[in-house]
Amino acid sequence: MKVELKIQRYNPETDAQPHFENYSVEAEPTDRVLDALLQVKGLLDGSLTLRKSCAHGICGSDGMRINGRNLLACKVLIRNLQQPIVVEPMKGFKIIKDLVVDMEAFFEKYRSVKPYLIQNEAAPQKERPQSPQERERFDDTTKCILCACCTTACPSFWSDPDYVGPAAIVQAHRFIQDSRDQGGEERLDILGDREGVWRCRTIFNCVEACPRDIDVTAAIGEVKRKLLFRKI
Amino acid sequence: MFYRGKEGEWSWILHRLTGIGVLLFLVAHIVDTVLIAWGPEVYNKVIALYRNPIFKLGEVGLFAAVLYHSLNGVRITVVDFWPSGTKYHKQMFYVVMTLFTIGMIPVSFLMLRH
Repeated sequence: MKVELKIQRYNPETDAQPHFENYSVEAEPTDRVLDALLQVKGLLDGSLTLRKSCAHGICGSDGMRINGRNLLACKVLIRNLQQPIVVEPMKGFKIIKDLVVDMEAFFEKYRSVKPYLIQNEAAPQKERPQSPQERERFDDTTKCILCACCTTACPSFWSDPDYVGPAAIVQAHRFIQDSRDQGGEERLDILGDREGVWRCRTIFNCVEACPRDIDVTAAIGEVKRKLLFRKI
Repeated sequence: MFYRGKEGEWSWILHRLTGIGVLLFLVAHIVDTVLIAWGPEVYNKVIALYRNPIFKLGEVGLFAAVLYHSLNGVRITVVDFWPSGTKYHKQMFYVVMTLFTIGMIPVSFLMLRH
């Protein structure tokens, strides 16, 4: 079938503003948007710039706005979309070129919540045991692939780029709820700050956008309640 | 281009708009009440403006804004404090809209009747 694409293009060296260009390619209805984009790049215009790596929904490289919603281009089938398929870069980041955005600030926020095990005690001889119930408490938030679909779907983030954002809170939640970790208080201090969890207005765009089906707002809510009811 | 959010984004946009609407009314209301300091004549003259049909519609709009903002405020509180609230936020939005419609029908009728 014929697939019509309307892709936002921007080359900082030649363009003053981003603009849309239309392309038409042959693809199967069961192909993914990524396949169509790679056809455009391979056959029609080699200068089209986009990120992709594994192409199977695991690496989180090809997050972009497709028909107005953040999706991974490698996970959405053409038959499930209205044509022309409008493809834009994620909202709220500086565009480097075409569909590639500068994610440095995003990873800076990721690092700011200390996304690693913090333990003040010496490592035990064997493993640090954990019950299935304790593991269950942060199971959902271990699924994050840092694609930034949630953060760039969030109106609070668009209006305040300093907001730590849903992705970083999900990562913090993963360690705050981990019974083996002792850095919970440090992370709660970071998230209880001005640019932390209280910027969340429970808009749920992050939940709709997450390609890993993480209940992001629930995780943010758990952190909010922990902050609210923690002993001072 | 506008981000195509779903129920959550719409509920938030409506919450913001109704919040701003109620705030603007409060400012106008404070100003008209303060006018009593300039004597009853000025006050009555300005208050008479509210008899205008446009203001009548505005009053219905004000009630609608307060009603939606309060109902959705309860929804947001439930989402925040009930651990399973995030799972049912869409259903709760439809409950809010249903209660809003049920509330608006008799109130609009009573307010616009005269």
